[in-house]
Amino acid sequence: MKASAFAYARATSVANALELLAVHGEKARVLSGGQSLIPAMNLRLVAPEVIVDIGGLAELRGIVIEGETLVIGALTRHADLLKSSDIVKCAPLLAAAVAHIAHPAIRNRGTIGGSLAQADPASELPACMLTLGASIVVRGPGGERRIAAEEFFRGIYETQLAPQDLLVAVELPVADSGSAHFFQEFARRHGDYAITGLAAQAVLEGDRFAALRLGYFAVGDRPVLAEAAGKLTGVTVTPALLAEASDALSDELDPHEDQQATPAMRRHLARILLTRCMASLLKRPDLQIGGVA
Amino acid sequence: MTAPVAISLSVNGERVEAHVLPRLNLADFLREHLKLTGTHLGCEHGVCGACTVRVGGEIVRSCLMLAVQANDTVVETIEGLSDSGEIADLQAAFRDRNALQCGFCTPGMLMAAQDLLREKRMPARDEIREHLSGNYCRCTGYQAIIDAVETTAQMRMELKV
Repeated sequence: MKASAFAYARATSVANALELLAVHGEKARVLSGGQSLIPAMNLRLVAPEVIVDIGGLAELRGIVIEGETLVIGALTRHADLLKSSDIVKCAPLLAAAVAHIAHPAIRNRGTIGGSLAQADPASELPACMLTLGASIVVRGPGGERRIAAEEFFRGIYETQLAPQDLLVAVELPVADSGSAHFFQEFARRHGDYAITGLAAQAVLEGDRFAALRLGYFAVGDRPVLAEAAGKLTGVTVTPALLAEASDALSDELDPHEDQQATPAMRRHLARILLTRCMASLLKRPDLQIGGVA
Repeated sequence: MTAPVAISLSVNGERVEAHVLPRLNLADFLREHLKLTGTHLGCEHGVCGACTVRVGGEIVRSCLMLAVQANDTVVETIEGLSDSGEIADLQAAFRDRNALQCGFCTPGMLMAAQDLLREKRMPARDEIREHLSGNYCRCTGYQAIIDAVETTAQMRMELKV
């Protein structure tokens, strides 16, 4: 189908975009790369009266390292993240995740800000933001504020963004040189939305985790930072402990049912991902033998 | 503001000036305003890849881009790539390998395959498969398409083009 009719305004600056959003409020939607918004409009799932196109705002594009913080502008495209040596060095988890976002033609248009503002619970970047402890930088009528990723996502397509707000950047702590990451997802076709996925980041001390964050996606109405990670931190991971942590994971997740999978299947896949993640991060293939999942 | 918006862009090397409604997507602009009907519209939500064109040298879904967003850009369609001879060898390989039947997906397949071959001279079959993963074909079962892209890469390596 085709999108219904709307009025179009090309923002000339961030200030101008904020003015337009202040005037039009809930009737308006922000257009960045359009790779989520335009399909939704073509399917008539949304029918905004006004489109505020921020695509031309160069000030919102780019990746900068400021001391211990990596700042990624909202209009930075998935293709830019994939090609950036700064991302490989400072946030290798993101580099691994972006390769799973849709297909090349979509990665050439889709942006990090658009993906986060869309907040599809099956998409990769929101979960990565939780895992990496990102702050989402938002500008609105009251000025600029930072929202922790854990607070930002509120439900399916729901975030802390008000209609007058513009997501301008994300800030991530630069990864420690001793940190390790794991990213894997199950999808029917490479590039499709995940049935279940895991974005994990860890700091290892010998054979133990000094820190471990497990960001699951497509297991509910928003990305989840699994508390089961606590059971696996600061101790030697044995098959018995992994089984216990997997049970805790099953208990804490509350997956949804859709045409792709039942809640039971999603819990099962989440456990498999946990096992693979442990075997990979700890370089312990023995944890996968026999399979606790 | 729902009124038509003036746009100016380059399409296959020619300057195009037009007034378009904001809701018009780039694929419909190419097909219905410019009569460049080689760009196909399948799903209209970014899944099938039949509408793949180049904007600024990079492949995009023209069903997921508004014509107004193409203002000031350089657009190349299958007609442009075909007429310039850029993909003549790839097209010949598709014919030789039976990499098409109904032909609906072929323009998008050729755009995506040429994008990969410009990026990488000799991609592995897995890489070809991954790069074309966003393009549906309901006739061939894909193997012949992968064969055709692989053959073209080998021939270009031998010819050093």
